[in-house]
Amino acid sequence: MRNSFAKSITSLSKKNKKIILLAGDIGNKLFDNFKKINKDRFFNCGVAEANMTGIAAGLAKEGFRPITYTITPFNTLRCLEQIKIDICYPNLPVVIVGTGAGLSYSALGATHHSLDDIAIMRALPNINVVCPSDPVEVKHAIKEALKIKGPTYIRIGKKGEPTVNSENIKFKIGKIHKIKSGKDISILSVGNIMRVSIECHKILKENNISTELVSLHTIKPLDKNYLRNVFKKKLVICIEEHSIVGGAGSAILEFCNSNSIDSSKLMIFSAPDKFLSKTGSQEQARKKIGLKSQNIVKKIKYKIKKLNANKNWNRF
Amino acid sequence: MHRLNNISKKIRKKIIYLSYKAKTAHLASSLSCVDLMVTIYEDFLKFNKKKISKNIFILSKGHAAMALYSILNYKKIISNTVFESYSKVGSILEEHPTHNIPSVSVATGSLGHGLSVGCGMALSFKLKRLKKKIYVLLSDGECNEGSVWEAFLFAAANKLNNLVVIIDYNKWQATGRTDKILKLGNLKKKLESFGFAAHEIDGHNFAQIKKNLKKTSKSKPLAVIANTVKGKGVSFMEDDNNWHYRSPDKKDYLRAIKEIDNLK
Repeated sequence: MRNSFAKSITSLSKKNKKIILLAGDIGNKLFDNFKKINKDRFFNCGVAEANMTGIAAGLAKEGFRPITYTITPFNTLRCLEQIKIDICYPNLPVVIVGTGAGLSYSALGATHHSLDDIAIMRALPNINVVCPSDPVEVKHAIKEALKIKGPTYIRIGKKGEPTVNSENIKFKIGKIHKIKSGKDISILSVGNIMRVSIECHKILKENNISTELVSLHTIKPLDKNYLRNVFKKKLVICIEEHSIVGGAGSAILEFCNSNSIDSSKLMIFSAPDKFLSKTGSQEQARKKIGLKSQNIVKKIKYKIKKLNANKNWNRF
Repeated sequence: MHRLNNISKKIRKKIIYLSYKAKTAHLASSLSCVDLMVTIYEDFLKFNKKKISKNIFILSKGHAAMALYSILNYKKIISNTVFESYSKVGSILEEHPTHNIPSVSVATGSLGHGLSVGCGMALSFKLKRLKKKIYVLLSDGECNEGSVWEAFLFAAANKLNNLVVIIDYNKWQATGRTDKILKLGNLKKKLESFGFAAHEIDGHNFAQIKKNLKKTSKSKPLAVIANTVKGKGVSFMEDDNNWHYRSPDKKDYLRAIKEIDNLK
């Protein structure tokens, strides 16, 4: 996804001379092409994220379209108050891009895990929170974010995530993107966990459970129209590589609560509310916390079994 | 200089009036930077007929909001009605400034924010090849914040010679002497080693303020360390840190106004 980001931003910068890329001492070589084309529009701000965020605010105030880029936890929590006061309060058009969503950098340890950023970013007024699911969505997300007159946080993975979408999908911030249709269940997949969600979809299909799969790439603002309808299905599954506290699942629960929707249909698969250590690779970490398709499907099937046992239930 | 001195006296009286009327804190912090701000607003920002300035000022020490509001009122950027609404429900003049106030570009009050945003604006002016300058006023206590030092590094690394940092060095912070809390040491040498052209002045001497704010460098940002007195202008407030939070009662108020009227 980060290669897609570098490629997209380089291509966009050819036409949009207001784009300024600020990096927190990462992306060595990643932005070589960007730098070649835009000699005075790339700034390595050093390992100083708070200042980088303030700089972005100052640039945005003067009409530029700054993008800050560094590893997710450092581009969100490290400079949180700068995001809140310098960017969100005056509603400035800064795009904050965090690379290393969820457990992308699992092996680097809890300092580099990002399981709280959705919760914290979406708590700030004015900001959009976008979690693209593949390199194609990254491309669209950055393009769309640059059209918005306020701040956007884009949470991307690392490299090597599979491409799920075709190049010319309809992508709109604040609207879900449907990947597979199905009538009984819907899987709402958040950002970089898409590969797992696709596996779940495949297994459920093999079990003759008609399942819809969507990319819930925007956590803020939520696609309210879609959510209102999706709860007409028998089960709604949210899968996210984020803590159970405050993530996409929480956002959906808040939506249900304020719209009098029965949230017992919602199953949230997420990370636990704890620091993870000794987790190894992202794959191993996912296995350890149950974010693997076999485990998720097992739980979904168990829930279906329980629901079907209920006489009043409209059986699958 | 007589002109600036007279304006400063007016501003000081307005500040004391606000603190007395609204019973708000940070009176002494507002009084220490009056002479600096008056000089900047009168001689460096360069206002046009529409009251829009060519150069930009950021009050990073947002707790000196009363000084800012008094000057904006003096400059007729905010009306008397708005000025009188200070700290009341519905007023744009809260106890810390926000971008909702005409001519104010940054919401400050949480310390250590203004300089980074100022650096971003200075960088913008350079990229747009505009000959605009940016003046950022910090407090000495504010220099406790790490983000300030990140911004110092950035300003020097990017040769922001259109940036002027003014430090209102009144030697106090909220709960004690800056020297006793997190000693700043030789601030001039520190800033020079960070890549600034740094000058130390008497922050109540208009000639020195003017002369030093005018200084330019081909490649370095400018820092002016202004030695000031907290509560300046009122004998019983000067260098008494109780007036960081205290607001004057009627007796204090009348006495303070009389003292300022009698100042040369």
